[in-house]
Amino acid sequence: MAASFSRGGRESALLRVLWTAVKILATVALTFLGLLVVTFLIGRVVPVDPVLAVIGDRAPQSVYDRVYVELGLDRPLYEQFWIYLQKVLAGDFGESFLTKRAIVDDIARVFPATLELATVGILIGTCFGIPLGVWAAVRQGRLADQFVRVFGLIGYSAPIFWLGLLALLAFYARLHWVAGPGRIDIAFEYSITPKTGLLLLDSAMQGKWDVFANVFSHIILPAALLGYYSMAYISRMTRSFMLNELAQEYVTTARVKGVPEWRIIWIHALRNAAVPLVTVVALSYANLLEGSVLTETVFAWPGLGQYLTNSLQNSDMNAVLGGTLVIGAIFVGLNLLSDLLYNLLDPRVRRQA
Amino acid sequence: MALLEITDLSVAFDTQEGVVNAVNGVTLALDRGRTLGIVGESGSGKSQIAFSVMGLLAKNGRATGSVRFDGREILNARPAVINPIRAQKIAMVFQDPMTSLNPYMRISDQMAEVLVHHKGIGKSEAVAEAVRMLDAVKIPDAAGRIRLYPHEFSGGMRQRVMIAMSLLCRPDLLIADEPTTALDVTVQAQIMTLLGELQRDFGMATVLITHDLGVIAGFCEEVLVLYGGQVMETSPTDPLFESPAHPYTRGLLAAIPRVDQEGEELDAIPGSPPNMTRAPKGCPFAPRCAFAGEDCLDHLAPLSEFSPGRFRACNRSLEEIA
Repeated sequence: MAASFSRGGRESALLRVLWTAVKILATVALTFLGLLVVTFLIGRVVPVDPVLAVIGDRAPQSVYDRVYVELGLDRPLYEQFWIYLQKVLAGDFGESFLTKRAIVDDIARVFPATLELATVGILIGTCFGIPLGVWAAVRQGRLADQFVRVFGLIGYSAPIFWLGLLALLAFYARLHWVAGPGRIDIAFEYSITPKTGLLLLDSAMQGKWDVFANVFSHIILPAALLGYYSMAYISRMTRSFMLNELAQEYVTTARVKGVPEWRIIWIHALRNAAVPLVTVVALSYANLLEGSVLTETVFAWPGLGQYLTNSLQNSDMNAVLGGTLVIGAIFVGLNLLSDLLYNLLDPRVRRQA
Repeated sequence: MALLEITDLSVAFDTQEGVVNAVNGVTLALDRGRTLGIVGESGSGKSQIAFSVMGLLAKNGRATGSVRFDGREILNARPAVINPIRAQKIAMVFQDPMTSLNPYMRISDQMAEVLVHHKGIGKSEAVAEAVRMLDAVKIPDAAGRIRLYPHEFSGGMRQRVMIAMSLLCRPDLLIADEPTTALDVTVQAQIMTLLGELQRDFGMATVLITHDLGVIAGFCEEVLVLYGGQVMETSPTDPLFESPAHPYTRGLLAAIPRVDQEGEELDAIPGSPPNMTRAPKGCPFAPRCAFAGEDCLDHLAPLSEFSPGRFRACNRSLEEIA
């Protein structure tokens, strides 16, 4: 009896997972299509003439007309969209008017800088945000709770460029604790072979610890700022998830078992709060990856945010739209990942192994 | 010396509506291996007595009086004192098995945790012991199912898991707080039968908290009737059912549906339970009592022994309410 019970449970669980996967994939595909429509339409709506961007404003009318046709601008909108769709799916986002290189190559060049910064940032935000949130929840209404909330509120509301400038002034200009703007000192620029594009990883893998130290002292300040920003959000959410969990009856059961309080908080309650937290952390990470434009500008960080800012200021629409697509893809991807993790972490959804 | 001795226990909660006096001067004693039923309606304070014993009162609750376990004062004890007693000496089972197990932890982990923490034994040894205990509570294929999650069990099976978990350290005292209230009637009977068997096999003293006198009848040697946070009557079970000595107990017994009284309307106690924010003065049952007089609103006679082992707290004599 028991065997048939568990086999039936397994089959229906498998079906449920398949159905979930189909639903998620359909959502992803639709979201992408919507994203493409939006970027395509933005490209047609903005008052930037793509022909002029290619030939300059001094070319004769005949050249203008020829390029107009070459770019396919004489065709109906839906046809243009179809061509755009095919190109994007083939990984061709066009060419930057500014650098005269394929957008894909440009983004591949600048993205690792953003990835590295965002990753260190989210690590800092998570490592501080979750414990602070748990601490605040356990001490609800007490001084520690107020402290965490105010500390988070500042991170939430203070403009990040202002904090960035203050931090540079204090820790770089005055105290000389960290290196200044940029990813690496010029003296070290070509001393490691770029493999992943993540300088911390590259220098560590090649055993060049002096380079690693230099890169670290460059990245720590902007990453700490981004970390502070995401910490504010993560600690707030952790606090509210934990308050919810600590009020559950299984916590009382754990107390009745005589289990020490730290185990109740960190093992029993946090394990349950971790499931919604995954989504919070993933979305924060996506936020940081989108290119923290202001932070990258203040710290002269050669990442996606700075690339987009430059392109925008120079009306380089292909680059802007390509970058937007990449950001959208990251966002959708991380959402998908957090959905999958959610299913994996929740035993009520997960298929029995 | 009694295993559990509660003397003049009062529990009050600070709420926004004022101070709620949930328990008002309850005294009881329970010897090793004995079974006591605490019966009362919702809000009578019966669960708060259990929570006071376990040191689990809500943050806004204050308990005064004395709770001695095995001669040792444990009321409001520090975690270092109460934690080793929990599960090892006193175990507790709750009403709703759907919410009292951690949904994200395997049964094996939740059960092994108790033994690993209290007995300091290894994980695999603890899991083996947990399987034996699941066998004892008659969960079929315990070894095959111990690594499942709570949601993969039915309500009755989950309550069996809870009971097995509470008995892992062979406690001297088990407090079962409405253990069958959330279950189907047929499952209720199974769980009560199981609890009775386990109580005999393990020999632990048991406090059964319930609003259901029918559940008490088949399980407990003694009964304590609680109303408005005060003890109305306490007695061995059989005499209580034969000749209830308190107007409230009579009302409770009259309200039990019986199969041999077909078609007749149940005798409900008129009125509703007291508002516990009032000062604990007089008899809490007075407003609903057919025999109450002016004096009952003012004071209540202390518990007195009117026949061997039987106590009642009532201003009216037995003859007056006969």
